[in-house]
Amino acid sequence: MKKHVVGYSVSIMLLFVAAWFAISVGSVKVPLSVLWNPSSADAASANIIWKIRVPRVILAGLVGAALAMAGAAFQGLLKNPLADPYTLGVSSGASVGAVMTIFFGISTSSLGLYTLPIFSMLGAMAAMVLVLSFARLVDRSMKMETLILTGIIVSAFLSSVISLMIALTGDELRQILNWLMGSVSMRGWPYIKMIWPFLVIGGLMLWMNRKELNALLFGEERAHYLGVNVKRSKWMILVGGSILTGCAVAVSGTIGFVGLVVPHMTRLLFGADHRHLLPLSIINGATLLIVCDLVARTIIAPSELPIGVITSFIGAPVFAYIFFRQRRKGR
Amino acid sequence: MLEVRSLTGGYDKKEIVHDVSFSLKKGHMLGILGPNGSGKSTLLKMISGILPVTAGEILIDEMPRHSYKQKELARKMAVLPQLHAHAFSHTVSETVALGRYPHQSGLFSQWSTDDERASTEAMQQTGVAKYCEHELEYLSGGEQQRTFIAQALAQQAELLLLDEPTNHLDLEHQRQIMDMLKHEVEERQLTVVSIFHDMNLAALYCDELLLLENGRVRACGEPAEVLTEDEIAEVYHTAVARFAHPQLATPQMALLPDTVVADNCVTLEQFTVKSQYVHLHTDKPLRTLSAALHNPGFGWFRHFLNRTVDEHYMSDDAHTEMKNYIANEQLPIEQTVAMMTAVDVQHAVIRRYTNDEHEIFVMVTAGVGNAVDAARGHLHAEPQRVGTINLWAIINGELSDESFMQAMMTTIEAKVKAMQDGEIYDTHTGTIATGTSTDSVLIAATQSGRKYEYAGTITAIGKLIGRGVYETMLIALDDYKRAKGWIQ
Repeated sequence: MKKHVVGYSVSIMLLFVAAWFAISVGSVKVPLSVLWNPSSADAASANIIWKIRVPRVILAGLVGAALAMAGAAFQGLLKNPLADPYTLGVSSGASVGAVMTIFFGISTSSLGLYTLPIFSMLGAMAAMVLVLSFARLVDRSMKMETLILTGIIVSAFLSSVISLMIALTGDELRQILNWLMGSVSMRGWPYIKMIWPFLVIGGLMLWMNRKELNALLFGEERAHYLGVNVKRSKWMILVGGSILTGCAVAVSGTIGFVGLVVPHMTRLLFGADHRHLLPLSIINGATLLIVCDLVARTIIAPSELPIGVITSFIGAPVFAYIFFRQRRKGR
Repeated sequence: MLEVRSLTGGYDKKEIVHDVSFSLKKGHMLGILGPNGSGKSTLLKMISGILPVTAGEILIDEMPRHSYKQKELARKMAVLPQLHAHAFSHTVSETVALGRYPHQSGLFSQWSTDDERASTEAMQQTGVAKYCEHELEYLSGGEQQRTFIAQALAQQAELLLLDEPTNHLDLEHQRQIMDMLKHEVEERQLTVVSIFHDMNLAALYCDELLLLENGRVRACGEPAEVLTEDEIAEVYHTAVARFAHPQLATPQMALLPDTVVADNCVTLEQFTVKSQYVHLHTDKPLRTLSAALHNPGFGWFRHFLNRTVDEHYMSDDAHTEMKNYIANEQLPIEQTVAMMTAVDVQHAVIRRYTNDEHEIFVMVTAGVGNAVDAARGHLHAEPQRVGTINLWAIINGELSDESFMQAMMTTIEAKVKAMQDGEIYDTHTGTIATGTSTDSVLIAATQSGRKYEYAGTITAIGKLIGRGVYETMLIALDDYKRAKGWIQ
């Protein structure tokens, strides 16, 4: 219990520190005091903060939280520490959904603002179903390697679909490319408004299954004996995770490895109990992406790096390390 | 509590279990036995709802199983599968706490004191409380197994289904888990259905056994009815011998390996008379039935001792004294059977008797200072004088249990006759004595070669024993009388 109190306090503290720096640091230095004393600031500073930096930090936080929570749930459900929306190809599915929306200029009045995230989510779910059913076909026990390999195959295929669509577009090209690189810059409040209801729904779906996730770690048979409605829980977790991934991808493109690194670190420090793993992953996922975004926009200022570059830079080695550890342990 | 009616089913394409019926009362333990692939685990998985049922019914507490909701069922019935999967690291207490899942409900359910009590108790019962903060993956197979048993117990279900609960457990923990389950069954009316690999363990703990063969019930009932030599031999294609548990009224099965029994033969040269004892040392152990001081009853022994002790020998603990003596003589204590006499072993008579293919050896030491007429034994007070007749009959051949007892009867009858014809009197009553008050008899057989189903007085072997014992006794008695100066 004490371990978790420490976990939550440290995680929340880090989130606040990260957010604070992310808001104050940038091409225009805004004194920290502006944050708690807005009246002292000039109009330009206030504008920068409330119109640009704050929404950017919030969006980065939301995307990070969504990806980390989805990653934690996928890893638990599949009992696979290498699973995350990116490695499973779910992010690519969401990308295809989003690119199609832009490419075909789809906009239905009934969905309105939510068209993009909804198509992203549908893409994510379709990719998830495709990956899982193919992996199951290859090997019923769905070994770690099978699943990851299937994810790569599906990702590669979906990437080519995206490339094809890009090649076929003319003037919309820049918009898609920009978006594909993975970035939370220049999105502003509308994007936050666009995704938050889905984040709440997806998050709740996973949160409701936190104990079921714990039971599922001991295998579906054991979970069944413990009284878990295995079928329902599995679907809720898959759909919930896809919703979160779809939302994240819809606003920020594909940002890899956040869903891998954060749950892994959190589990290492605070254990595999999903009652704590899920909320802690949310907080730490938000922190990580806020920090990554801060680095992305300051490291080669005045230019900006896509945020996906930073996360992959951290994520790929962690992926390699987990893979190495798992294989060694298996022997 | 549990009733299974003509259950048929199995995997999608293949029915494994056919028409299985049984019922189990609350507070009973049922053991499921059967060879590999006989459908034990499949039956258990059908009862627990993992595998489909194509025909038949499962009633739990007189309600069809499918009428229970998933969580309700988990509060009623806990299941321990044979294999355990787990991912990521969990501590023992987290794993056990998961057993409380069916008792928690709602989005924000709290860990209650009931939950705490149940999981602490389960950890104590299975002896894993001391590792409660350890991580599962670093525990041994046995410790993991006990953790999962604790998880099932924490569910506090009335019905427990177990698939080889003693898998991976050493002897101590097998006993501990089974004792604990039995205790729960008796004290709290827990109902247990468990698959066993070890039929002897099942016989020890279960009230009822179900023997499966090719997915069908072969036998069902109390262990004594189900575990018969013929049934087991047919179902398992393995010869077994049934014997009684030394202390409990339950049958046990001994495996009879299909190896060639090497010839074993006793010869006269194997008998030696040392200064203080007659010693028979055989190449291979003999099956022995005796009333000896050290290692009496049935057993297998290679060393046979008839030891002379002083007339005034006194020991508070003759058993220990004899053990020390054997150890001092550099003989293996557990492979030696030994008796005592006050007669000097130089007077021991050892003779070989044979006719056709039958061969026996008889050893007698006779001291009759203490002769008693068994019919008038009640007229005697405590024995005051020394004197013992020790008799060995060693047989080259295989004796059944029945012929061991008959060989002993024949030996004793021949002894009594020799006492009569040797005119040995009970000095207290003045009647012919039948023996002394401290006699000992030993029958041993090589258990190889010719088989003797009976050993009564006019069977082939009985004739030899009767004559051999009678004649050897008379020689020994004459020797005794001569030593006492009664005859020339």
